[in-house]
Amino acid sequence: MALKGAIVVDTTKCKGCSVCAVNCPTQVIALSKEVNAKGYPFAFMQIPGACTGCTNCATVCPDSCITVYRVKV
Amino acid sequence: MAEKVLKKGNEVIALAAIRCGCDGYFGYPITPQSEVMETLMEEKPWETTGMVVLQAESETSSINMLYGGASCGKKVMTSSSSPGLSLMCEGLSYLAGAELPCLVVNVVRGGPGLGTIQPAQSDYFQATKGGGHGDYHLIVLAPSSVQEMNDFVELAFELAFKYRNPAMILADGIVGQMMEKVELSPQKPRWTDAEIQQISGSWATTGKTADRAMHVITSLALDAAVAERFNEKLIQKYNEIREKEVRFETIKCDDADYLLVAYGAMARICQETVEMARAAGLKVGLLRPVTLFPFPSAELQRLAPSLKGILSVELSAGQMVEDIRLAVEGRTPVKHYGRLGGMVPDPGQALEALKQLFSI
Amino acid sequence: MTIQEIIQPKNNVYGKTPVLTDTVMHYCPGCSHGTVHKLIAEVIDEMGIQDRTIGISPVGCAVFAYNYLHIDWQQAAHGRAPALATATKRLNPDKYVFTYQGDGDLASIGTAEIMHACNRGENIVVVFINNAIYGMTGGQMAPTTLIGQVTSTTPYGRTVELNGYPLRITELLAQLEGTCYVTRQSVHTPVAVRKAKRAIRKAFENSALKKGTSFVEVVGTCNSGWKQTPVEANNWMVEYMFPAYPPGDLKDR
Repeated sequence: MALKGAIVVDTTKCKGCSVCAVNCPTQVIALSKEVNAKGYPFAFMQIPGACTGCTNCATVCPDSCITVYRVKV
Repeated sequence: MAEKVLKKGNEVIALAAIRCGCDGYFGYPITPQSEVMETLMEEKPWETTGMVVLQAESETSSINMLYGGASCGKKVMTSSSSPGLSLMCEGLSYLAGAELPCLVVNVVRGGPGLGTIQPAQSDYFQATKGGGHGDYHLIVLAPSSVQEMNDFVELAFELAFKYRNPAMILADGIVGQMMEKVELSPQKPRWTDAEIQQISGSWATTGKTADRAMHVITSLALDAAVAERFNEKLIQKYNEIREKEVRFETIKCDDADYLLVAYGAMARICQETVEMARAAGLKVGLLRPVTLFPFPSAELQRLAPSLKGILSVELSAGQMVEDIRLAVEGRTPVKHYGRLGGMVPDPGQALEALKQLFSI
Repeated sequence: MTIQEIIQPKNNVYGKTPVLTDTVMHYCPGCSHGTVHKLIAEVIDEMGIQDRTIGISPVGCAVFAYNYLHIDWQQAAHGRAPALATATKRLNPDKYVFTYQGDGDLASIGTAEIMHACNRGENIVVVFINNAIYGMTGGQMAPTTLIGQVTSTTPYGRTVELNGYPLRITELLAQLEGTCYVTRQSVHTPVAVRKAKRAIRKAFENSALKKGTSFVEVVGTCNSGWKQTPVEANNWMVEYMFPAYPPGDLKDR
């Protein structure tokens, strides 16, 4: 059984610290080229298919702006 | 039948605290008021009313314990003497800034610095003008008898909660240390949680329940416009206090040519001065401010035109005299007579000073 | 399975706890404060004690903690939070009371208050953020600043001659009879965050058991003050802060 996951980033709250990205075991997350209203780049799923929904990114996120979803397939 | 006992002023503060349903006392020993906490520890009110009594590590900590307790809507108090009050000024500014009710008793001793352990009234400025930083006032009551040490504890709490502002009993080493017959107040229960909700439920930190927003007790307002509005609100509050809460006593003022103004223990001495002056054919009266903030300025203004002179008699180098001068606005000559460093004048010395200063 | 099919409420495995407010935190990107705030909020949520918890916020960056957790708060004068907590807890023994303090607040100006609250064994939780610098005032030296560390008041690096030694206050507090649980944690990796959360939970549980004071230090970063990126700061913390402030339990009884 495999786990498939996905994240939703609150791009208005994300400050682009990239702590989530370096803690993603499958290198799903990258920072956007565009910036939000505060001028920060924000996290997004660059390789969505690789996400396992492990919650590591949301766990280390200082701004609680990542919601994690996971299904068993 | 009311209970009459012979007690020291400081002991009575402690007994009055228990009897008015005080929730917590937090203090640090200092002469000449250590009997307050000693009496509380002997009485063990935690076994009867449930009142908490704690010896803190410093006056700084004591006053901040009041901030914590008062934030919860509890009736909390501390007592200290002059050097200790200097340490509490930071906390008092925060308490006033966060609009927290509490009672602080200052049994004043001579300063500056470590000064003396003898009685003085040299903390008048500190008590009435704020003491700490920022635009704020304490409500200041000045007892002149052991009975008032009893009565003002409950009154101070009442005013503190009415205006959400720290209140102070500004006593002196004489009133703190002297023994008099006193009628103690009857025992009242402490407020229940439901009563606290009723009295302070709109702001106190009693735990955020689902039916209300979170309560935050703070004195921080980074936005200048917000800070100005808040300060204006404080000014309004102080003006309301000035309007409604002035308390004073007048003795033989109606026909007086000369007026003595004195508070606390000094007022007791000046009562005798008035008698001596009258016996010698001098029309002298006494005005005793009971509240130092708010100050009885209007009464002084009313009396001033018919007076030949006003003498402020204080155990200080001349502090209250400034408020008297501000009140009478030059309509009457105002002089000051004071003894310093713990020295206390007798009634005759005050009379001599009056005669000399006004060339009578 | 498409992304949209995964992103369904029933598949939600991690999100913001409702004890956190929706206010965007004022902290710099990557700041440890946000992570620790979240952990406290999650513990309060999971223990179901939101209506019985009173937080005491300090002076320093976390002064505004009261904007971020949906609980009742008292904001203390600099260093005095343990005094507020002492009275709050003694007057309300059924409440959960915690202070949240930084290294300047707790280990410099507030040393008397924290020492004596811990020594009395107040049944409170103390969360201590040690990032070896004053963040709010612009990166000045803290008592916990490392030897050689550059700050705005040690522009040539902290020296023993001028500034003395980094203060290991957590080790001092562990010596006191009044503390029941003293631990040092960090929040730079998922594993560390989960451990720190367990520590905070244990601290809150201890306070209900009347075991004494629970003290949780979190070694954190101040990437703005340290003048590093958030990721660099985490690495610098592991390399330089951990040898001086090693994570782990100092006391658990």
